[in-house]
Amino acid sequence: MHNYLKLIVLGVIAIFAAVAANFARDVAYLVNALTIMLAAAITFVIVLRNTDEPIRPIDETRYMDGVIRYGVIATAFWGVVGFLAGTFIAAQLAFPALNFDWSEGYMNFGRLRPLHTSAVIFAFGGNALIATSFYVVQRTSAARLWGGNLAWFVFWGYQLVIVLAATGYVLGATHGKEYAEPEWYVDWLLTVVWLAYLAVFVGTIVKRKEPHIYVANWFYLSFIITVAMLHVFNNLAIPVSIWGSKSVQVFSGVQDAMVQWWYGHNAVGFFLTAGFLGMMYYFIPKQAERPVFSYKLSIIHFWALIFIYIWAGPHHLHYTALPDWASTLGMVFSIILWMPSWGGMINGLMTLSGAWDKLRTDPVIRMMVISVGFYGMSTFEGPMMSIRAVNSLSHYTDWTIGHVHSGALGWNGMITFGALYYLVPKLWNRDRLYSLGLVSWHFWLATIGIVFYAAAMWVTGIMEGLMWREVDANGFLVNSFADTVAAKFPMYVVRAIGGLMYVAGALIMCYNLWMTARRSPAVEASAAVAHATPAE
Amino acid sequence: METYSFLRQLADSWGLLAMCVFFAGVVIWALLPGSRKGQEDAANIPFRHDDRPAPADRREP
Repeated sequence: MHNYLKLIVLGVIAIFAAVAANFARDVAYLVNALTIMLAAAITFVIVLRNTDEPIRPIDETRYMDGVIRYGVIATAFWGVVGFLAGTFIAAQLAFPALNFDWSEGYMNFGRLRPLHTSAVIFAFGGNALIATSFYVVQRTSAARLWGGNLAWFVFWGYQLVIVLAATGYVLGATHGKEYAEPEWYVDWLLTVVWLAYLAVFVGTIVKRKEPHIYVANWFYLSFIITVAMLHVFNNLAIPVSIWGSKSVQVFSGVQDAMVQWWYGHNAVGFFLTAGFLGMMYYFIPKQAERPVFSYKLSIIHFWALIFIYIWAGPHHLHYTALPDWASTLGMVFSIILWMPSWGGMINGLMTLSGAWDKLRTDPVIRMMVISVGFYGMSTFEGPMMSIRAVNSLSHYTDWTIGHVHSGALGWNGMITFGALYYLVPKLWNRDRLYSLGLVSWHFWLATIGIVFYAAAMWVTGIMEGLMWREVDANGFLVNSFADTVAAKFPMYVVRAIGGLMYVAGALIMCYNLWMTARRSPAVEASAAVAHATPAE
Repeated sequence: METYSFLRQLADSWGLLAMCVFFAGVVIWALLPGSRKGQEDAANIPFRHDDRPAPADRREP
C-alpha cells in the first residue's frame, strides 16, 4: 500500500520534471529537470520491483550500517573531486591560460570556484557529517537508526542535491550568495532532505537505550537544527518562473548582506565546527581508547559555542553600510568565541593524556591530533582577523583564503580522514587498515601541503593588503590592482603545489581504504560472531 | 511601538537576561559536584555498544 503511494508520487515528479524540461527557459534548468526526471524514474523502477514482495522485518538487534558504508564512499569520492577542482582553480589563478577558450563560460574560474567550495564543504564535509552522525548516534544511543529506509532517502536525496547544484553552477544557475549558490528548487529539495535527516537523527535519539545523550550527539543535533534554520532564512527567494532557475531574494540591500553573513558565518560555525566537533568527541576517544578528558568541559564547551557563535556573522561586514554597533557586536562575540574554541581544543588534545605514546605508533591518532591543532590555530586566527583594525588589512585579500583553508584542510579535512580510517575497518569488518605506512604518507603530504598553502596565503595576503594601502608623499596610491596580481604569482604557484600535495594524500587514502575493504584480514571468526555486520 | 524598536528593546533587556541566566544555569549545573557520577557514566558511552544495539526490552541504568 505504502509502495503504491510512493509510485504515484515518483511518477508525478518524473512527469512534472519532463514537462519542466520541455518548458525550460535556461540550460541549467533544462539539465536539472532532466536529472530530476531520471532520478525519479530510476527510483520508480526500484520501488516497482520491490512492490508486493514479502516485507523483511527490520532487525532491531543490528545497527544500520549499509547507508554509512555508502556515505564513507561518497565522502572519499566527493573529497577527491572537490580537492581536484580546488587545485585546478588554484592553477588557473597562477596561469590564466588554463581558463581555456573552448570552455569559456563553463569552466572558467568564476564558474568553477563555487563548484569547488560547495564540493568540499557540502559534498565532502556534508557526506562525512551525515555518515559519521549516523554511525555515532547509533553506537552512543545503543539503538538502530529510526525510520527504516528514511536514512537511504537522506543519503540519495543529498547526492541528488549535490549533482543538481554542481551542474547548475557550471551552466550558470546561481543565487549569487556565497556558500548558498544553489537556486530555488535545489534549496527546496535540500530542505526536504534535511528535515528527513533531522527526523532520522532525533528519532534515533528518542529511542535510545542509554539514559544520557552523549555529547557528540548534542553537537550533531545543533548542527542539523541550525543549518535547517540558516538555510531556510538565507534562501527566502521568489522564483521568477517555475520553468526557470532564476529567483529573486526577498531581502535586499544591507539586510540581505546581514542575513547572508549570518548564514555564511554560522555555516562555518555549525556545519564546519559544531558538526565536526561531534566527530571529534566520538572518534578521538575511540581511537585513543580512553574517555574524553573532561565531560564537564564538553558541556560548557557546547553551550558556550552555541550561545556565542550565532552572533559573530557581522564581522564579515566591517566598513560597509551595516551600522557600526552591529559590526562591533560581531567583532566582540568573535573574540569571546576564542575561549570556548580553545576549551574544546584542550579537551580534544588532553583526551590523549596518559596515551601520548600513541602519537608515535598510530598515524591515525596523529591525524586527529593535528586536526585539533589546526582547529586551535584557525580559531585563534579568526577572532584576530575579525578585529576591525586587522580586518582593514586582511579583508578582500588572500589572507582570508589562507585562513579558511587552514581551517578546512587542516581541521575539517584531517578529522574526516581520521574518522574514515577508523570507520572503514569497522564497517567492512576488517581487523586493521591495509597499510599504516600509507597513512603516514597521507599525513605528511597533507600536512606539508597545508603549510605550503597557508604560508603562501599569509605572505601574499599581507603583501596585497599593504600594497593596496600604500600611498606616496603626495597621497596618491602607489600600486594599481594589476601590480598586486603580478606580485602574487610566486605565491600562487606555491599554493597550487600545496593543493597538489593535499590531493595526492587523499588519493593515497582512497587506495588504502579500498585495499582495506578488499584485502585486509577479516576480524577473526570468534570475534566475528559478535561483530558480524550483515550485508544490507 | 514599531516592530523593530520592540524587538530591539526586548533583545537588549529580557532576552539578554534570559539567555545569560540560562547559560549561567547550565554552567552551574555542569560544575555541581553531584553531577560527576552521571558525567563519568556518559563519558564512557562510546565504549559500550560498539557491535550491536542494547536489547530491546530494557533501558540501562
